Amino acid sequence: MLRLVSLALFIGAWFLGSWLAGEQMLPAPTTVLAAILVEARSGDLFIHLGATLARVFFAFVLAMAVGAAIGLLMGRHALADRLGDPWLVVLLNLPALVIIVLAYVWGGLTEIAAILAVAINKVPNAIVTIREGARALDPALDDVVRVFAISRWKALRHVVMPQLAPYVAAASRSGLSLVWKIVLVVELLGRPNGVGFEIGVAFQLFDVTRILAYALAFVAVVLAIEILLVQPFERRASRWRVRPA
Amino acid sequence: MLRDISFSLRQGEVAALVGPSGCGKTTMLRIIAGLDRDYEGTLRRPASGRLGMVFQEPRLLPWRSVDDNVRLVAPAIDDDELVTLFDVLELGLHRTHYPGELSLGLARRVALARALAVSPELLLLDEPFVSLDEALAARLRDALAKLVDRRAVTTLLVTHDIDEAVGLADRILLLSARPAQVLAEVPILTPRGARTGNDLASVKAAIASRLAAVA
Repeated sequence: MLRLVSLALFIGAWFLGSWLAGEQMLPAPTTVLAAILVEARSGDLFIHLGATLARVFFAFVLAMAVGAAIGLLMGRHALADRLGDPWLVVLLNLPALVIIVLAYVWGGLTEIAAILAVAINKVPNAIVTIREGARALDPALDDVVRVFAISRWKALRHVVMPQLAPYVAAASRSGLSLVWKIVLVVELLGRPNGVGFEIGVAFQLFDVTRILAYALAFVAVVLAIEILLVQPFERRASRWRVRPA
Repeated sequence: MLRDISFSLRQGEVAALVGPSGCGKTTMLRIIAGLDRDYEGTLRRPASGRLGMVFQEPRLLPWRSVDDNVRLVAPAIDDDELVTLFDVLELGLHRTHYPGELSLGLARRVALARALAVSPELLLLDEPFVSLDEALAARLRDALAKLVDRRAVTTLLVTHDIDEAVGLADRILLLSARPAQVLAEVPILTPRGARTGNDLASVKAAIASRLAAVA
């Protein structure tokens, strides 16, 4: 209920802003909705949303897999932590734009360069979060693994991963939003399709309606992912917590 | 911490290490379990090396049900065997529960079930019944005695509770305070099941006299 009130307030403020600033600077919500419908009917909307979503997916999966592996290694082994830490600090502070431009210069304006550039931007983030999780792993359970000679793979899956689940969820949350923002920049600079490309075109035409139409359509997609994928995963991963004695 | 300690267990024997708190009993068990490698000396474990261990805390995986906790360490166990094990430990009703839903006494029993499910060649028990009320501890001791006898599991029990040691063990090793040394060895000849109050009292008297002799 409160959420609905808050949403209504937001839309009201939008209408008011549009009335004050004029349709040119800030088109009304109804105008933007109409633009979304036009783009959807022509099919363009889905082509661009699909292209962006595919890039988000591959970059996200790649970054999470690499980040989790390195984060776990650095959290578990002091030597890896000491060796990796300077690299991590450099990567964390390298601006996204520098990574993207270098990836395009070195790799050409290709899909692989684009996805790698996004993934590299997200990896240090994932490493930091998962490393925190790995440092908090319970040594008492490591003893259990040793005594009962539980195989490495089983221990990773059933003993380590459940302990890391909250950290993985946190990294996914922040990761998903970071990745899709960077994907847009990558598309703007060097891809012939996707939401970022469309926004670039609209920017050259000062077409604010189109910019908002594409941005909001993709926000809706991200919201759907959050509600349909991330939240059920979290509930499943923490179902042993919720039932009190 | 430990010095000049040497002992060996016969196949199927239950031995108890008894000593004051903080004398190094847990360290001893950790060395035997291969968890602590910072020691000097020699250690020979049974050939297959299959260990079962009950830690001072239950150390269950909170995200796996009781059943899944046991099956994780003993994937090959057959269902009948598991049912029997749970029955003897009175866990039958709790198989689908998560450890967070169990009382400490129940969680201890699950830890015991887990250690026994792997059919260990050597069972290590670190104060398995500490901080339980006496009646419950006695029931669990009986259940454990039954299980250990049925399978003739070689067992090393660490405790500071002489009653517990006298109730379960075939042989008691008395340890001194730090650095721990073996003060005396007391064998108990009456089988576990047949021990009467008189037997227990006489063993305790024997222990007291041995301790007095060294002191």
